[in-house]
Formats: sequence, C-alpha cells, structure tokens
Amino acid sequence: MAQTVLHKANTRGVANHGWLKSYQSFSFAGYYNPDRINFGALRVLNDDIVTGGMGFGEHPHDNMEIISIPLEGELQHKDSMGNIATIKAGEIQVMSAGTGIYHSEYNSDPNKPAKFLQIWLFPNQRNVKPRYDQILLDNSDKRNEFIQILSPNANDAGVWIYQNAWFNLGSFDQNISQSYTVHQKGNGVYIFVLKGKIQINGQVLDARDGLGVWETDSIEVKAINDAEFLMMEVPMEF
Amino acid sequence: MALIEILIVGTNKPIMQTIERLINKEGSWKATIALSSEDALKYASAINFKLVLLCAGLEEEQLLNEKLLKLKSDLPIVKHYGGGSGLLFTEIHQALALF
Repeated sequence: MAQTVLHKANTRGVANHGWLKSYQSFSFAGYYNPDRINFGALRVLNDDIVTGGMGFGEHPHDNMEIISIPLEGELQHKDSMGNIATIKAGEIQVMSAGTGIYHSEYNSDPNKPAKFLQIWLFPNQRNVKPRYDQILLDNSDKRNEFIQILSPNANDAGVWIYQNAWFNLGSFDQNISQSYTVHQKGNGVYIFVLKGKIQINGQVLDARDGLGVWETDSIEVKAINDAEFLMMEVPMEF
Repeated sequence: MALIEILIVGTNKPIMQTIERLINKEGSWKATIALSSEDALKYASAINFKLVLLCAGLEEEQLLNEKLLKLKSDLPIVKHYGGGSGLLFTEIHQALALF
C-alpha cells in the first residue's frame, strides 16, 4: 500500500528578505518544522523569487547536490571553479558541491524578477570533486509525457548527479492520464505542481502543492485541467 | 547558561570559518575548528564537546568517528552536509535533540 505525505502550498515556510521571497517546502534557514526536514534524499525545495538586479552573493556549499530550475527570467552564475554562465527558463543547472565550492547567483535583469526552484539532494558519495553543468531542456513539443531532466547516469537524458534520483517534468493537457514507473525499488516520488491541477492516487493537487509517495512501484498522474508539474524520484534510505 | 561546545572537523578552511561564524552567531553555541583528524582528536581530548560535525574533505571519516568514540563513547557525531548553508541550524538542533 502506497504511503503519502501532502504539503499544501499555503503550509510551506515563507522567508521575505525584500530582494528574495522564498517558499520552502522543507525546513530551511529560519523556517524549522521538525515534521518537514526532508523527503528521503530530497532535503530542499525552495520556490524562489529574486528581485531584478539582486541575488545571492558569493557563499559556500559542500557535500550536496544542488539543482536549479529557472521558471521565469534569468540568473547569472559564477563559481570558484571558474564557471560564468547565465541560466534561464527552459534550462537546468546542477552543482555537485563535494569537497567545497563558492558561488553566486544574480538576477542580471534589473527590471524583471527571476523565479526558480532551488532543489538540494543529499549525495550518495561524500567529498567528490566539485562539478558544474547546465543544459537546455528540449521539451517544447513534448506534451502529455514524462520528460526526464535528471538521472544518476552521465549518458542518460538530462543532467546527472551523485544520487540515484530521477527528475521528470510533465506538461499535460486536461484529462490526460499517465503512469509513472519507479526506477529503483525503495525510491519514493515527490510531485510538485507548477501550474494547474492534477490528481494522484485520488489526491487532488493545486499549483505549488507537493505530494510525496513511497512504497509503490508506479504512480498514476491525471491532469484535472492543463497542468505542469515536476516529479522527483529519490531514495528514501540513503 | 553554559555554552554548547561544538567541534567542526573539515579540511576546507574558508568553509570551516563560515560554519564557525554561523555557529558562534547563535549565542549559546561555540564552535572549534579542527582542520585535520589529528587536531580533532587533540581538541576532543581537551574540551567537553556536546557535538561533532564531520565536514567536507576528510579522507578517513569512519576512522576518525571510531577514534572520537573511543575518547568519549556517548559523543554525538554527525555528518555535516551543505557547507554552512540554510541546513546548518536544523542539523545541529536535530542532533542535539536526538542524542
């Protein structure tokens, strides 16, 4: 019998720093909820809005897989490995922090907010050599199917990370239903709705709701209306 | 109230200094940096730490873990993730509550 945990959008932590508004699905910085620390290896899911011209100054990370998915606008990335890049909607960025990196992320457009998802996973190896990558997601004509954007495999679709995790984006038309098959026994899936309304295992999810499902081999996703969502399959034990 | 002494062990000095600064900002916590396993064992012999955070860059984490527990068998030792990020306080609060 599948187990589930529901995180309604309006129950997330909220941090408003003026230049940054962050909606946090799991405990982060000043938001502490002992019932919301992580979902398996998924530790951070922040839904961030960065004011035009502002951003995250240089700061460190280690031993964490950090994935950014821009939703609107763009961010300029710089890091201690010498990478300078701009990421925008339709792309995905990944950093394996490993033994340690410094980076900054700024919204380079002074007139437009940048909206992005900041996702952190515990790695399956500690102290790896830090790495950075970003790719353009070519999913413009792929509606009504799961589009893989991340995996543990360097030669598979999307970016790769040091964790047995698979991420898929979905853009479904109303009433489309698809079954997602879990890649690895023991993994759970956390579904985060970006737009519209979907139904999973009888549970209706609205925009920005999150649902964790585990102890199941497959998950039925049905779009109640036109909807976009992110599915994050992660190990529950790691 | 007595300070809660926290030993942080890792090889990346700038990151360790960031973690130290964040911990010390919390009034009741005090961090001590060890940049090597040898230093960690030396400091753990001298100071009554309530918690050890194993940070990045340590080649023999498990061995250090075992040696620290030989010094003090009930010493809470946890692996730190994130590098002084928004996870640090939750990590410490959880560890202190758990042990």
